[in-house]
Amino acid sequence: MSTEAHVQHAEPGIFQKYFWSTDHKVIAMQYLFTGMAMAMIGGYFAYVFRMQLGFPNQYVPGYGIVTPGRYNALVTMHGSIMIFWVAMPVLIAAFGNFLIPLMVGCDDMAFPRINRLSYQVFLLSIIVLLSSFLVKGGPFGGAWTSYPPLSASGAYNLTPIGATLWLLAVALEFVAFLLGGINFTVTAMNSRAPGMKMYDIPILIWMIVLANIIFMASAGPLIAGAVMLLFDQNMSTGFFDPTRGGDPLLWQHLFWFFGHPEVYVVLLPAMGIVAEIIAVFSRKKIFGYKTVLYTTWGVGFLSFVVWAHHQFVAGIDPRMANIFSITTLLISVPVTEMVFLYIATLYGGSIHLDTPMLWALAFIAEFMIGGVTGIFLGSSGTDIYLHDTYFLIAHFHYTFVPIAIIAVYAGLTFWFPKMFGRMLDETLGKIHFWGTVIPFNVIFIPLFITGIAGDQRRVYNYALYAEQSRPALQHLRTTATIALLVMLSFQLVFLFNFFRSLRKGKTAGANPWRSTTLEWTVPSPPPHGNFAELPTVYRGPYEYGVPGHAEDFLPQNVPD
Amino acid sequence: MLERYLTGASTYAHSIDHLFILIAVVVGFWLIAAEGMMFLLIFKFRAKDGRPTQYITGEEPHLKRWISIPHYLIIVCDIVILAGAITVWYQIKQVMPPADVTVRVIGQQWAWSFQQPGPDGVLDTADDIRTVGEMHVAMNTTYHFELLSRDVVHSFAIPAFRLKQDALPGRTISGWFRPNRVGEYDIQCTQMCGIGHAMMAGRIIVETPKEHAAWLLRNSNPTVAGGQQASLAPTTEGLATMAEVRR
Repeated sequence: MSTEAHVQHAEPGIFQKYFWSTDHKVIAMQYLFTGMAMAMIGGYFAYVFRMQLGFPNQYVPGYGIVTPGRYNALVTMHGSIMIFWVAMPVLIAAFGNFLIPLMVGCDDMAFPRINRLSYQVFLLSIIVLLSSFLVKGGPFGGAWTSYPPLSASGAYNLTPIGATLWLLAVALEFVAFLLGGINFTVTAMNSRAPGMKMYDIPILIWMIVLANIIFMASAGPLIAGAVMLLFDQNMSTGFFDPTRGGDPLLWQHLFWFFGHPEVYVVLLPAMGIVAEIIAVFSRKKIFGYKTVLYTTWGVGFLSFVVWAHHQFVAGIDPRMANIFSITTLLISVPVTEMVFLYIATLYGGSIHLDTPMLWALAFIAEFMIGGVTGIFLGSSGTDIYLHDTYFLIAHFHYTFVPIAIIAVYAGLTFWFPKMFGRMLDETLGKIHFWGTVIPFNVIFIPLFITGIAGDQRRVYNYALYAEQSRPALQHLRTTATIALLVMLSFQLVFLFNFFRSLRKGKTAGANPWRSTTLEWTVPSPPPHGNFAELPTVYRGPYEYGVPGHAEDFLPQNVPD
Repeated sequence: MLERYLTGASTYAHSIDHLFILIAVVVGFWLIAAEGMMFLLIFKFRAKDGRPTQYITGEEPHLKRWISIPHYLIIVCDIVILAGAITVWYQIKQVMPPADVTVRVIGQQWAWSFQQPGPDGVLDTADDIRTVGEMHVAMNTTYHFELLSRDVVHSFAIPAFRLKQDALPGRTISGWFRPNRVGEYDIQCTQMCGIGHAMMAGRIIVETPKEHAAWLLRNSNPTVAGGQQASLAPTTEGLATMAEVRR
């Protein structure tokens, strides 16, 4: 007994350091590795249901036969996990936690213990979510949008416990990110190094802050909705039940009032990562730094007034669709402008195509496809036909895969030296890059076509539909599935590279990419407390190729 | 363009197809221009020894033009697309041409059922015809539909008609279509409605007016229906589907 107590006392390190830490870098790693683990689970689900679509009713190796109920659960969980438990933790929490204090020049987050609590609540939300695989009836299968009355009644969805657990998990995840959101915002606004003015803050930090503000402003209505839905499920209330005076459309409005800004919550950090990388590897100042910020604010504001474009054919007043078509097309203006500014940054540069830059450029190239295909869906007239078809699936994967996969790889390959003190292998990195980006297009271009041909989503087998079971369409679905297998197998290259480089990678100096922002002025990996001496900032974040200087970059902390 | 992948069989299918082409041309131009510009710049400004980076802030008026002119052009393009989108939307969803026939479409887990007037042409009379999973309509006839749901949210979709409308419990939603090509087409449910969602398939059969009149006569039998609201107890077809689902 005493030995045990003694051991615990003698080694507070392991537990204190990795599970109970308040250090922003450790919490960032917790979020990163948890997010990566969840990405594997979400990817596995995609593998299973794509196999069912590519090779209908065949035995899926590593899973078995996919039943209709399980198919619904798999697509529901894939969507929920990839958005709430991969994109958000990695893009906002992992990069935000790691980079905000380092980039604004302080020793830790403003509220370190709230930060720790945030991760713990987040972990709890995952346990709640995954436990739904063990309960009677299995996990919720009513789609990630969870429309009532289907989601409100076990008699309709046949997963009474799974539906409640899903809702609780989402609510807990929101708690985690509300805690995190206030922390990120306060840290970036209040803990900046002396001399760092508003327009000296790196674009990534601005984007993370704005993403968090958007999240905090939009989450409230959905949390209220979640509580009402929880009551409907378990306490026989009727907020969404029309037979008792409720209205199922209310949930749709609450959900999408959050759900659409959520797209920009994950988009903005990804755009920020890409901005940092493009500046470094083209050795250029960001073209129109202030314009980028203004467009970001514009996007953030407009993202609150477009939600009903998800509901054109949902039974809302048809006149409303016109207003939301206008706002939706309007939001294309600042987003396009932002992308144009990134492309313009390349002009006059000296472009080095290292792996992080390849990912960043791929983000822009692929995201543009996602952006323009959104116009077809935002235009009410064509949405009548394309709504809830695979055209929509392909469209939002052309936005979310660049966000949650491509931009994350861009960020990981770029900051890996800072995080772990070693370089990733460039050759393996390039193999992984092409092995991911090419199959990605081969997955989703065929799905645009099946969508145009009328394939509706969330259907495990098209055998009952004469128009959909044409061999040409099945051929396209099989092509997409095979491309997914190729893409997934190339992720092993990344994992191998990642874990090998942790031990055997070339040692990275403090500033391997010759970058200007503050995180590159500290050793790699940064020590506890980050800066030996807190820095002072003298200039903006992207001073590359300044005339009259021998070096082609001028770090923010070097006096004139 | 859509026609190549799926037949259009209603009067407004062409409007949607044309709008699709308009958008494809406009956004296709911008996509190709932007991607082309990006790859051109990557190639042109690739790192070369001895070529220094240009110091550009993006505030220079002669360079800013390259952003601001496309910016205004995109607003113009958005207005063009919006004009098209709203015109098509208005025509399909906001106004209804006078009805020749009014029918009722009911969604429930997991089948579509249809109620249409018999030879007397009036809904909710003794000779109404009720069908499950299959709907017969006449070509070149304007149909109004009243869309209902008995349980959860469904979505009534006929891809060949380019028709889609959610069915909500507790509401009656009206819409219209006018078939213009004889044939058999799929009916889908496009809103997740439970484990039988994929099985909620139906067929719509567009007949010539003559054939349709014969079908109406064959199937309307007032003595059976007796003017009562036939309950929508699961049919054999529905039960078979459900058995398959539960298995």
